[in-house]
Amino acid sequence: MTEKNRFKTFSVTLISVWLILLVLVPTLMVIAVSFMTSNTPGEISPVFTLSNYKAIRDPLFLQVLADSFEMAFITTALCLLVGYPFAYNLSKYKGKFKSLLLVLIIIPFWTSSLIRTYAIIIIIKTNGVLNNILMAVGIIDEPLRLMYTETAVLVGMVYSLLPFMILPLYAVLEKLDGKLIEAAKDLGAGRMRTFWHVVIPLSMPGVIAGSMLVFLPTLCLFYISDVLGGAKSLLIGNFIRNQFLLTRNWPMGAAASMILTVLMFIVIYIYYRSTKKTGREAI
Amino acid sequence: MMRSLKIGYSTLVYAFLYVPIFVLIVYSFNASKFGTSWQGFTFKWYQSLLDNSSLMTAAGNSVLVATLSATCATIIGSLAAVAFYRYTFRGKKVIMSLVYILMMAPDIVMGISLLILFITIHMEPGFITLLLSHITFNIPFVAVTVMSRMKGFDKNLFDAAGDLGATEFQTVRHVLFPMMLPAVAAGWLLAFTLSMDDVIISFFVTGPDFEILPLRIYSMVRLGVKPEVNALCTVMFTLSLVIVMISQILNRERK
Repeated sequence: MTEKNRFKTFSVTLISVWLILLVLVPTLMVIAVSFMTSNTPGEISPVFTLSNYKAIRDPLFLQVLADSFEMAFITTALCLLVGYPFAYNLSKYKGKFKSLLLVLIIIPFWTSSLIRTYAIIIIIKTNGVLNNILMAVGIIDEPLRLMYTETAVLVGMVYSLLPFMILPLYAVLEKLDGKLIEAAKDLGAGRMRTFWHVVIPLSMPGVIAGSMLVFLPTLCLFYISDVLGGAKSLLIGNFIRNQFLLTRNWPMGAAASMILTVLMFIVIYIYYRSTKKTGREAI
Repeated sequence: MMRSLKIGYSTLVYAFLYVPIFVLIVYSFNASKFGTSWQGFTFKWYQSLLDNSSLMTAAGNSVLVATLSATCATIIGSLAAVAFYRYTFRGKKVIMSLVYILMMAPDIVMGISLLILFITIHMEPGFITLLLSHITFNIPFVAVTVMSRMKGFDKNLFDAAGDLGATEFQTVRHVLFPMMLPAVAAGWLLAFTLSMDDVIISFFVTGPDFEILPLRIYSMVRLGVKPEVNALCTVMFTLSLVIVMISQILNRERK
């Protein structure tokens, strides 16, 4: 074996073996377990069954699914609504604070979202900062009960995930070819028309990338719904965790997590298509 | 008018992102144990963190796992990036797609799949399982960070090194490696941070004998607001802040 081949074989083997043993094999195991039977909690018998997938039609689970998708959808829409104008402004700004303003968006990205969720509690709890300010100003007479509501979970999700929407949007808008906007203006398009027909379509890969970085985690971040929503709020992530650690019905939990996996592939496919369409490189 | 509207809007978004963190930091120095009123400046909550030995053990465990997993993931991820950049091999597309999919994969799916793997091969959840899991979720982030920097490299340099008689390993070691070093360092920092902050995957793969900081914070946070938690979160936030700054400096070097 030549020297080049030795180095090549070593690095290729290392990554391949690692990914096969710790990603591919475990994933196949989840698929296998999702078709197995659990008669008593914590026990799995290798008897083939489709009952775990059939049980997903159970109204209780359908409710979890509906709630999760609703939460994920609203969170994504809010992040997009808040993030798009912000990212657009930031991409247009050319002043001397540019790098500082960018770093301020990157910092939350690197900060534990658990800690950021905790910070939200301090703000919205019954005798928290928000209620104290609102009462001092006289807008409300009694403290708002925000903790352990759907609204609290929503605020926590948006707060945690907003930077994940802003950064891909910013990356696309920053690279937007100014000449195309000039051309649209030269051809007589107004500001609004240029925005709707040129800027928005060209930034679609950013919109889709940002949306998938918000949508999927919303379904999984069980600690946010746990901490801010209390026992009332049950998302797919909480459901899967409970199946594994409380109810100990692993096959059911595995089947539920297959839904997430399939969903991930659909989302990746949509993103892949959108980058192909506009001929842009993935970010 | 339009301009001040834009500035006002952006300021509001920044305020939304930073006011909660800022309040958290301020409260970590508040002498009052309950309530939200300011009762004087104190370091006592930080002192009580230092006095809490089980918390310090958890912090030590976290730093240990983060350091080791970031280092291993950086070695494997960088070698993978080199392999993807320099070589063609069978199954390259599959392995590369796996790297990208792994980065997108929901944490919880990864957590349970690793849990099932470890239980099946009779590995007791603890330090080793945690370390293997953290290396696994860190690899794609390092590989992608390094690969994105490689896009700008001039491939002629490697041919030149080869023409001058350098072996493949020498070319990688003395030409490619120095060029990718800032990205390798940035990848390590990112991996360290991800490992220090991970809740979901660790939740499934660690055992009661090996406690780590994020899970400890999780159980504390579920019990509500406490000044010690404020202090602990402030320390963790400061740590991320320092790491972001270093990685920004590494990034700037590129231009």
